[in-house]
Amino acid sequence: MYNFNRLSELIELAKKEQLSIVDIIIGREQELTNKSRGEIRAKMAKALTVMRESVEIGLSEDIKSTSGLSGGDAKLLIEAQKKGATVTGTLLSSAIAKAIAVAEVNAAMGRIVAVPTAGSCGILPGALLAVAEAKDLDDEAIIDGLFVASGIGLIIAKQATVSGAEGGCQAECGSAAAMAAGAIVYMLEGKEEQVLDAVAIALKNVLGLVCDPVAGLVEVPCIKRNAGGATNSLMAAELALAGIKSHIPADEVIIAMKKIGQALAPQLKETSLGGLAVTPTGCKLKDEILSK
Amino acid sequence: MSNLSIFDIIGPVMVGPSSSHTAGAVRIGNLARKIIGEEFNQVKIYLHGSFKETYQGHGTDKAIIGGLLGLKTDNPIIKEAFTLAKARGLKYEFLPIDLDNAHPNTIKLEIENIKGKVISIIASSIGGGSVVINEIDGIKVGVTAELPTLLTIHQDKPGIIAKISKVLEDYKLNIAYMKVLREYKGSLATAVIEVDEEIEGEIIDKIKEITEVEEIKLIGPIN
Repeated sequence: MYNFNRLSELIELAKKEQLSIVDIIIGREQELTNKSRGEIRAKMAKALTVMRESVEIGLSEDIKSTSGLSGGDAKLLIEAQKKGATVTGTLLSSAIAKAIAVAEVNAAMGRIVAVPTAGSCGILPGALLAVAEAKDLDDEAIIDGLFVASGIGLIIAKQATVSGAEGGCQAECGSAAAMAAGAIVYMLEGKEEQVLDAVAIALKNVLGLVCDPVAGLVEVPCIKRNAGGATNSLMAAELALAGIKSHIPADEVIIAMKKIGQALAPQLKETSLGGLAVTPTGCKLKDEILSK
Repeated sequence: MSNLSIFDIIGPVMVGPSSSHTAGAVRIGNLARKIIGEEFNQVKIYLHGSFKETYQGHGTDKAIIGGLLGLKTDNPIIKEAFTLAKARGLKYEFLPIDLDNAHPNTIKLEIENIKGKVISIIASSIGGGSVVINEIDGIKVGVTAELPTLLTIHQDKPGIIAKISKVLEDYKLNIAYMKVLREYKGSLATAVIEVDEEIEGEIIDKIKEITEVEEIKLIGPIN
């Protein structure tokens, strides 16, 4: 039985079985679905293909969302990068551009992989593909990273929530950043404990982040929060790989996130009745969109 | 929660922007198409709650039409659903509605088939792309269609359910959940039967052979 409910259980199980955490995560899925290891890896490879396609579309095509609120920002970033006008350097700049590209494709009714949700769909492809390019990692390494991310997300979904309506943006973009952070540490051959530190650090940074979309749409501020999430994941991975530990263990951070989500007022959980959604400009944008 | 797949986390692959307002709406359309089970060319779509407020920005309107035309949640053509509807001669109308005690993301569909019969369906998108069919023609079915699901309309007489169960038993299908509903005693009843294994066409044919079964449809699993 390869089932696990906590991150500490996942790494203990891997140690006991003398397997990698990827093997444990795949093993659990095999038990659940009766599918072969090959079929499960192929399905993850398909997800990676869709992620790449959405990055490519977002960076090359003229994107405009149905509401007209978003589109075109990923291209601005790539143009700036080409001119050498980047503040953060190649890797982070590329991760941000890719994250925004996917989130813009999502807002424009393009095809994406919801990881873990549609609202946070840019963070994993942005961060993982940028790292893979910079470090010259092959697809098998990225797919391993996606399995690690899936295991982390599964535990967060079981112990807390990945839904903005239940836990605020910390549960969506926070979970996505934690998943990406752990995946990056694994892809760069960090230790299992460092994977957990990266998860903890990324999630701690956004505890309390509210879900306050303007006009109820997955655009403002969601798209830029995908860039924030990708950045957060890279920072957390860098800290963890340097050997910096999280004082609060990842499993406890996940429970803290759940409790904070429960304590958040309903106005701040995807109802568009609080936060940025009710700023003067947020209200004006809503009126403009609804009167179209 | 314990049987959550990793592909619920890395996935679904879907057309954006929202799992509840877009992917869920496509799935409601897909299910309605299966429930109708024959050609239709006219539909009235009533939107309640959050669907009513944000349907255009979330593409819920295109998603529901795409779903009714049989497009799956990951098909980029959903964006062009209105054009496709025109080409296929499907007429549609979007209307606001207030339904009592309904989930914020609820749709009522009034679908007229080519014989002129109107079928009414109320469904909700309950999060992450999961949906539930609350009512069909006023009968509270509560179908999620996550599993292979059969929907019957049969005469309300003793022994009919036993005859249907016998067919399932003959094909070694395990019933995971069953609900029998009726409007008036002794008239017509509806059964919702969810099974663990795949349901093949042959099984449907066998159930159709039961004379008291007026209609049987396979509506799940939705993907």
